[in-house]
Amino acid sequence: MARLYEYQSKELLKNNGIKIPQGKVASSPEEVYLIAKEIGKPIALKIQVWITGRADLGGIKFAQNPEEAREISKKFFGMKVKNFIVEKVLVEEKLNIEKEFFAGLIIDDAKKSPLIIFSSVGGTGIEEIAKEHPTKISKHYISLLKGFKPYEARNLVRKTGVSGKLLLKISNILVQLYKVAIKYDARSLEVNPLVLTSEQEVIAADCHLVVDDYAVFRHPELGIEIAREFDRPATELEKIAYQVEEKDYRGTFYFFQMIEKPNSKENYIGFHGAGGGGSMMSMDAVLNRGFKLANYCDTSGNPPASKVYRAAKIILSQPNIIGYFASGSGVASQEQFHSARGFVKAFTEENLSIPAVIRLGGNYEEKAIEILSTYLKNILGSVEGYGRDDSPDFCAKRLNKLIEEGGRIIHKVNPIKEFHEPEDAYSFETLTGKIFIDHKKCVKCKTKGCIEECVYGVLKLENSKPVLSIDPMEVKKGRCTECLACEIFCQFHEQKAIYIHLPIPGLKEYRETLLRNKE
Amino acid sequence: MAILVNEKTRVLIQGITGREGRTRTKLMKEYGTNVVAGVTPGKGGDEVFGIPVFDTIEEAWEKKGPFDASVIFVPAPLVKDAALEAIENGIKLLVLIPDRVPIYDVLEIVQYANEKNAKFVGPNTLGLLSPGKAILGMIGGRAETARQWFKPGFVGVCSRSGGITSAISYYLTQKGLGQSTIVHVGGDPIIGLSLPEIIKLFEEDEHTKLIVMFGEIGTTQEERVADLIEKGEITKPIIAFIGGKAAKSGTRFSHAGAIIEGSRGSYESKVKRLKEAGVHIVDTFMDISKKALEISRNL
Repeated sequence: MARLYEYQSKELLKNNGIKIPQGKVASSPEEVYLIAKEIGKPIALKIQVWITGRADLGGIKFAQNPEEAREISKKFFGMKVKNFIVEKVLVEEKLNIEKEFFAGLIIDDAKKSPLIIFSSVGGTGIEEIAKEHPTKISKHYISLLKGFKPYEARNLVRKTGVSGKLLLKISNILVQLYKVAIKYDARSLEVNPLVLTSEQEVIAADCHLVVDDYAVFRHPELGIEIAREFDRPATELEKIAYQVEEKDYRGTFYFFQMIEKPNSKENYIGFHGAGGGGSMMSMDAVLNRGFKLANYCDTSGNPPASKVYRAAKIILSQPNIIGYFASGSGVASQEQFHSARGFVKAFTEENLSIPAVIRLGGNYEEKAIEILSTYLKNILGSVEGYGRDDSPDFCAKRLNKLIEEGGRIIHKVNPIKEFHEPEDAYSFETLTGKIFIDHKKCVKCKTKGCIEECVYGVLKLENSKPVLSIDPMEVKKGRCTECLACEIFCQFHEQKAIYIHLPIPGLKEYRETLLRNKE
Repeated sequence: MAILVNEKTRVLIQGITGREGRTRTKLMKEYGTNVVAGVTPGKGGDEVFGIPVFDTIEEAWEKKGPFDASVIFVPAPLVKDAALEAIENGIKLLVLIPDRVPIYDVLEIVQYANEKNAKFVGPNTLGLLSPGKAILGMIGGRAETARQWFKPGFVGVCSRSGGITSAISYYLTQKGLGQSTIVHVGGDPIIGLSLPEIIKLFEEDEHTKLIVMFGEIGTTQEERVADLIEKGEITKPIIAFIGGKAAKSGTRFSHAGAIIEGSRGSYESKVKRLKEAGVHIVDTFMDISKKALEISRNL
């Protein structure tokens, strides 16, 4: 997640010369006790969750001594606040606050520039401050080429009615804040409140830093597990999905759950969009039909078939859904048959029993729809494919109809079988998987259709058997795009000699836990 | 009869030898775009579909220049360098195709572009297309389908979603309404030419009579369009559809720009502002082309 916790954000401030309260983060009441003892002063306890207004939710409390701190923290750990379970508590010295300020940096999309904001009134959200105290708030657009100069910071602070030594202290902090924002690619950075203590020190009493999702790769030091903007911690399934995305740069795979445990009484469906706008439009169409989404998913930007396959497998790891809906913009530039093959492999492996409506409009949609109808006619659930001239609303209506006709089947998650590499099969690695060809079976093959299906020219015939035509390293680097065409041809038209193994780390265990907990 | 790009635009392609670069060069060239040269550092001397490849833009310019536009296909972490190279060399229009370009890199590109009076579309864009003239990017996928889906005409199309850009234009074509230029502005929170800036160009273009816009939750682009209309800077009729009605606050829906922050950028606030300004808001996507037909009858 690209949001940092308060304690992490503060650590970054401290490392860059901004004062923060003395303290540490704790994971148990015992740790709270030890940290409080070390501080040796009255204590502030703050739950670590990505929610503003923690005080009003009872998530910030004060203690006079270590024993009291420990007792209070016992109620904190495991407490549920909105979508969060509290796992960490920040234990800090209680500050003697004389005055509160607000300092923040955001990126303004209209001016296309970082905007630093300071207010000599703190406490509440900046929107309320702006409304109630318009003269106490000051803003400055920063030139990235010039940087943020100390004199600019001083002018900024002066406009809010602050002067003298305090002006100097605060403006220095603002300059440092900008440096922190740049250094960690902050999408936003907020210190609310920045406080003046009765000892006349200016201290960052709270801090929230959100790192730009796209820049997380520059910051391994931050230990960000999943670079996504959510309003809650990532679920296990989301983490599995994110691993898939991170390990495969081709196209985008975006997945999150709208509900972690859909129940079978309500009309939850698995949702698989393509393209941001198309996905949202399709989502609106199914919601208008009275469906609920178990998840939101988007595979786009020309993803290979293997990525769409993995997305479908992850979506089908959610129990109790009653339908599968896939739809994009309808007029995609990408060749749509790649996605179609991904669906064929996933639905066949799962022997999908619920109905699915797949809208694959765009380039080569006729071929894509044909792939779906040819290869998915024998699975339990009905699968219908549509193209650019069928609206999302129409497709949502079709799904509704199929669910009614099929008697409202409820999806059950299947266990994933342990994978054993077939012995003495011819094999080679691809970017994210491995292809096995059982040459013994190839003897009976009449068409050798796999060679023709491989439009990337990775396979050739040698002694009437398919083998690699190019350097295996080139194949592993991505010359084989994992289009799945050879496997599907061989599985449906020939000897079932080709198998493409596309592992999804953690999914087998995830499903096992899911099935165990159900029993 | 078009904005930003036409058949005369002299185009350079950066990252021409990569997987996407190669495929989309084929599309652009076959469609009729005037692709003059390509650049991939380390691949100087190669050719891609008959287009010469150079190691640097400076060299490409010496031998094949001038260039009016550059389409960039390099990996996201290298986009900033590629864009600055193009701007430094005097190219005035850039199209940044890649997804996942860090936001501060984009902000820096913005400042360099402003200094040199250059414009850019993207990042995270399918690009733009002037029907019958040229493509910058990858809209249409193949030249054959691009010719079939998009026809010359008087509707200016701009959208924050790539697939939707094509979809709107295709459905307009189905109704017999051609397009002047279609622009995917990109799905990111910070982009070069945003919806209001594109719409201003459509306003100035004498052949564009009607504007269709696809907006979505997040950012202030749609609100700024409303501001421009109220200031009288935009007078042509606009039809808009806003995606993300069902999206909840604080969670990102695919596009990095599609996130509601606080009360800003919500579906309701955008629709309200646009309606106040007199924009024709349609509730379902399929109504866009119907409404366009209705309005164009009275133009």
